[in-house]
Amino acid sequence: MDELMDYDDAMAAYDPVLGMEVHVELNTASKMFCGCDNSPGGEPNTKTCPVCLGLPGSLPVVNGKAVESAIRIGLALNCQVAPWCRFARKNYFYPDMTKNFQTSQYDEPICFDGHLNLEVDGRTYRIEIERVHMEEDAGKLTHAGSTGRIHGAEYSLVDYNRAGTPLMEIVTKPIRGLGEHAPAVGRAYMAHLRELMRALDVSDARMEAGNMRCDANVSLMPKGSDELGTRTETKNVNSLRSVEGALRYEIQRQGAILAGGGRVHQETRHWHEEGWTSPGRSKEEAEDYRYFPEPDLVPVAPSRAWVEELRATLPEPPAQRRARLQEAWGFTDLEMRDVVGNEGSLDLIAATVAAGATPAAARKWWLGELSRRANEAGVDLSGLGVTPAQVADVQALVDAGTVNDKLARQVFDGVLAGEGSPAEVVEGRGLAVVSDDGALGAAVDAAIAANPDVAQKIRDGKVQAAGALIGQVMKAMRGKADAARVRAILLEKLA
Amino acid sequence: MSHAILTATASDLGRRIAARELTAVEVARAFLDQIERTNAEVNSFLHVDTEGALAQAAAVDARLDAGEALGPLAGVPVAVKDLFCQEGVPTTASSRILEGWRPPYSSTIVQRLLDAGLVLLGKTNLDEFAMGSSTETSAFGPTHNPWDLTRVPGGSGGGSAAALAAFQAPLAIGTDTGGSIRQPASVTGTVGVKPTYGAASRYGVIAMASSLDQPGPCARTVLDAALLHEVMCGHDPMDSTSIDAPVPPVVDAARSGDISGLRVGVVKELGGEGYEPGVEQRFREALALLEGAGAEIVEVSCPNFAYGLGAYYLIMPSEVSSNLARYDGMRYGLRVGDDGVRGTEEVMATTRAVGFGDEVKRRIILGTYALSSGYYDAFYGSAQKVRTLISRDFDAAFEQADVLVSPSTPFTAFGIGEKLSDPLAMYKSDLCTIPTNMAGNTAGSFPCGLSPDDGLPVGVQVMAPPLADDRVYRFGAALERLYAERDGGLLTDRIAERWTQEA
Amino acid sequence: MALSTADVARLAELARIDLSPHDLERLAPQLDVILDAVASVSEVAGADVPPTSHALPLTNVFRADLVRPSLPAEAVLGGAPAVEDERFRVPRILGEEQ
Ligand SMILES: [Mg+2]
Ligand SMILES: [Zn+2]
Repeated sequence: MDELMDYDDAMAAYDPVLGMEVHVELNTASKMFCGCDNSPGGEPNTKTCPVCLGLPGSLPVVNGKAVESAIRIGLALNCQVAPWCRFARKNYFYPDMTKNFQTSQYDEPICFDGHLNLEVDGRTYRIEIERVHMEEDAGKLTHAGSTGRIHGAEYSLVDYNRAGTPLMEIVTKPIRGLGEHAPAVGRAYMAHLRELMRALDVSDARMEAGNMRCDANVSLMPKGSDELGTRTETKNVNSLRSVEGALRYEIQRQGAILAGGGRVHQETRHWHEEGWTSPGRSKEEAEDYRYFPEPDLVPVAPSRAWVEELRATLPEPPAQRRARLQEAWGFTDLEMRDVVGNEGSLDLIAATVAAGATPAAARKWWLGELSRRANEAGVDLSGLGVTPAQVADVQALVDAGTVNDKLARQVFDGVLAGEGSPAEVVEGRGLAVVSDDGALGAAVDAAIAANPDVAQKIRDGKVQAAGALIGQVMKAMRGKADAARVRAILLEKLA
Repeated sequence: MSHAILTATASDLGRRIAARELTAVEVARAFLDQIERTNAEVNSFLHVDTEGALAQAAAVDARLDAGEALGPLAGVPVAVKDLFCQEGVPTTASSRILEGWRPPYSSTIVQRLLDAGLVLLGKTNLDEFAMGSSTETSAFGPTHNPWDLTRVPGGSGGGSAAALAAFQAPLAIGTDTGGSIRQPASVTGTVGVKPTYGAASRYGVIAMASSLDQPGPCARTVLDAALLHEVMCGHDPMDSTSIDAPVPPVVDAARSGDISGLRVGVVKELGGEGYEPGVEQRFREALALLEGAGAEIVEVSCPNFAYGLGAYYLIMPSEVSSNLARYDGMRYGLRVGDDGVRGTEEVMATTRAVGFGDEVKRRIILGTYALSSGYYDAFYGSAQKVRTLISRDFDAAFEQADVLVSPSTPFTAFGIGEKLSDPLAMYKSDLCTIPTNMAGNTAGSFPCGLSPDDGLPVGVQVMAPPLADDRVYRFGAALERLYAERDGGLLTDRIAERWTQEA
Repeated sequence: MALSTADVARLAELARIDLSPHDLERLAPQLDVILDAVASVSEVAGADVPPTSHALPLTNVFRADLVRPSLPAEAVLGGAPAVEDERFRVPRILGEEQ
């Protein structure tokens, strides 16, 4: 195990410098260079063709929509758009790549020199964007053998369905001056990009599904020094929590090395969900990628007119949108802070409101019951498996008196268990509240008969004793009774 | 009868099949028999698709019998260089690493040939992955030149050229990266044209050097080549480098052959030292004939052509090193050394060591070097600048002349084995043809007699600006007619008897 | 310029070709001769000459974002040296992911 320096001590001695490389899978209908279905999932190797399989003789053709998305991402990040750029081949051998080169961009990215402003805990940080470039994703490896991990596997299996998915790589310039907030800013940067990708509707941006992956670079500068330290690159950090954790861990690990008079090795590192990083490939072993312009693709030269046309399609900036929604929903600052602090909930609430629920109800479900379930399952809200439309449906059932809040939770159980729409779950599980006075009356009669003493107390005017009998009726009805109605019937009968 | 079919031109066969004087099936049979009879000597075909060819021919006959109007080459057989993917038909690029592979898809050009009713006889031999000028680097043995079986048929498309010269097919298709259509045409006395880069789709054609590769037609006559050119070429959305413009009027040009007033520029740098005297003599005679027919001969200078070979041997191997990386034994083709202990890296490296021949390995390593960090600018980068200079030379020369000419290759067919151990000597086969690939314009090779030195065919190369493919055919047709008037026929007529007497 | 057998060994490793010491001894001098012959290109063109990467000056060739049929699974896996669970089976991987 690595030796770690106390975080506060590390912050007293060093200034961290971050560099974020984020890969975003686009949600185009077809792949980057061929017409194969780009939607996730499917039987292995059924979404492949000569092009994405790299068969002899096959040739790529650029998906125009992917270029459009790249430019829109760049514009949303305040980048320059290159008037002329090329694809390049990045040559290295790895079995998840069908051609043993990745078609990417090298020294001519489509977008460059951008920035964004991040608000974290009331402070604003300016993040400089170095480049946004286009490339393709690789296939998926499954490792067979004892551990399921690459090391120790006896052999591996490859599914190329994902090979050729359009991938945008967004790279920041070194981010300085963050101090102790560095891990939180790193996390906020990812959250911001995720929000932006969704607002642009260019990616599902689900980190847990690998739609958005982060390589986090960190180095430490001794306080007062202006010289960048040796950095490490922690690969494929795939949740917001992990981004923050990995940055914090690397700061503490590097701090311990430097404080002990050692040298940080320039290397890649792997993040382990248990909260630590392990070394990967060192800089000395780094591949020589032998980049050269892709001869099978012609240059991309976006005209000014096209760029301006795309600029006009940009969505409202996220901060502006938040302010507008808060106003429209009538949330207090505190309520809105909870929403913003609960990642992904803003979009989900907006979609739930759009599906017909009141803002308050939408907020109540997403930040309450559903957040609790997401936490338990260890997934993001959006990954829980409940859609905004379903939440609106459940609330409509509550409003109609078909179910009460308690039963509504069971409706969510059913939805998550794949039992169908909320209405189908209510039907299938027989969850509807019984408001039929006949059935309720019989249950009340049974409760009175079984508890003559309690009934007499109520008749004598001790109305507070009604609770016990109502409880009995509710229990007999397995919770599916309208408690207010039961009370009314009971008091009527014992009047 | 069979003899007459074998020696007929493709246009003639097409006409007679359309007129129902011949059936496509009997024509296909005649050529399949001829291949069967002669392939042991020539080794031009790696795979003969007897069943497929006869089925395609029968389908054409049925369509024609039903009164359907098909193109001028419907029912005419064609030989396919084994670099073109054809669904279900073995495709090897003459390499062990692809032995036994049957592509699950067809190249655009193969599909176009099938759509036009041509009958695909089978796959022809080539240098491994088209790397060579003699068809000797094929993993499946060399092809022999039908003019002299101890000689090479040129390369890389030696199989296609030899198939034409041995009357095994009236038409063939090839690819030209540095001369692989034109140089074999030259040394076999046949016709070969490299269209403008982007005119013929590369989709489904196994890549050697993507920025230089270009498929094209091979035939015994200029008109046949033009008819095939028209079928092969045209925009293909599957190839990003495909030209979205109409195919130039190559067939009209081949029928006309009018060169009066045509300014013919002789490239000063493509001659002299290293060129065989017999080749230069026949080349000069061709110029004289052309001048007599009304062409205006001028001399032009293209000083940067001298660096063409060097630049070519940096750009081509660089692209090769990347294009051939996919042959790693993971998804298709050969896999060697997978014993459950060796890792992927080692199995890939062993597979490639066993699966590739020497010339392929040389070029991959050379290209790896040229692209590696620290050397890119000096090698790949400089070579691309030379490419610019060569294009500028062409631009300047085409100001002075409508077409440029040179010998197609400095020497006639050399002996099998003669240059195999001396790569540099072999590379010089393509001295005259490489500049055109570098600039992306069009050129063709046309027969101009037999060398007085050794009695072997000599070719004239004619080069035209991009998209002016019709000029190449106009020039070729004029030359063909001048020789026919002088000698009474085609050059290949002189070996027709020898190859078809038993038919 | 001289290309040593060690250089060629490093290049062969990058190119994933397993060359024996004997192969290296044979190939190195051949490559050296070729390199010598082509090295002159580095002296020809000055800084003012732009490089040509593509033979024709085409730009902006795009495809509409439409899904086209993929290959049937039998065709995809039919040529594979080893298949398991509809996936390509490859030997164990020792190197790092990129
Ligand atoms: Mg990348
Ligand atoms: Zn595909």
